[in-house]
Amino acid sequence: MSEPKIVDARGSFCPGPLMELIAAMKEVDVGDEVEVLSTDEGSANDVPEWLDKVGHELVENFQEDGVYHIRARKAK
Amino acid sequence: MADKLALIVTSGSREQLQMAAMMASVGAVSGTEVTVFLSMNAMTYFIHGREREEAPNAGEMGALLAEKKAPHFMELFQQAADLGGAKIHPCSMAVDVLGVRAEDLNPMLEPPLGLTKFMSDFQDATVLTF
Repeated sequence: MSEPKIVDARGSFCPGPLMELIAAMKEVDVGDEVEVLSTDEGSANDVPEWLDKVGHELVENFQEDGVYHIRARKAK
Repeated sequence: MADKLALIVTSGSREQLQMAAMMASVGAVSGTEVTVFLSMNAMTYFIHGREREEAPNAGEMGALLAEKKAPHFMELFQQAADLGGAKIHPCSMAVDVLGVRAEDLNPMLEPPLGLTKFMSDFQDATVLTF
């Protein structure tokens, strides 16, 4: 497994982190992972919701030092 | 959310444009067929060279959106089109009144659409106005 593609969306507000994640997901291959870094609590809830809706996998979602790390695997 | 969402965007205020762009972008990337119909004061930002003109704030939220790092509404409309396939049409009346040519308009836009055609095509859609 390759290292996840990191998307640094710290400081951006909804729906910035989600849109940046989606743009990155379009560039990676199926099975690859993208991790978005966000300081926006709303996005920490919204991004997993979007992943579930469109059928990608949420690998992990945790907060560390005020930053949310939301890692997703492209499923299709 | 409905399968088909039509947004009528006429306001030139920052808050209204931001909310419309948020609905367009998130809806489009979530599998909803999104069409945006632009008219009145919302149109001017889609003319070449005027994309980043300061949108007037209707209230406190507009000022905060400008001050903080919220994604710009034009960036969100572009992402709605690029990432979610949203169709953004200028109102043909607005294009005529503004006196702009097709080449003067932002390339993210679809061809101008008349109100009659829009109302006919989207009578089964959820329609929101901004």
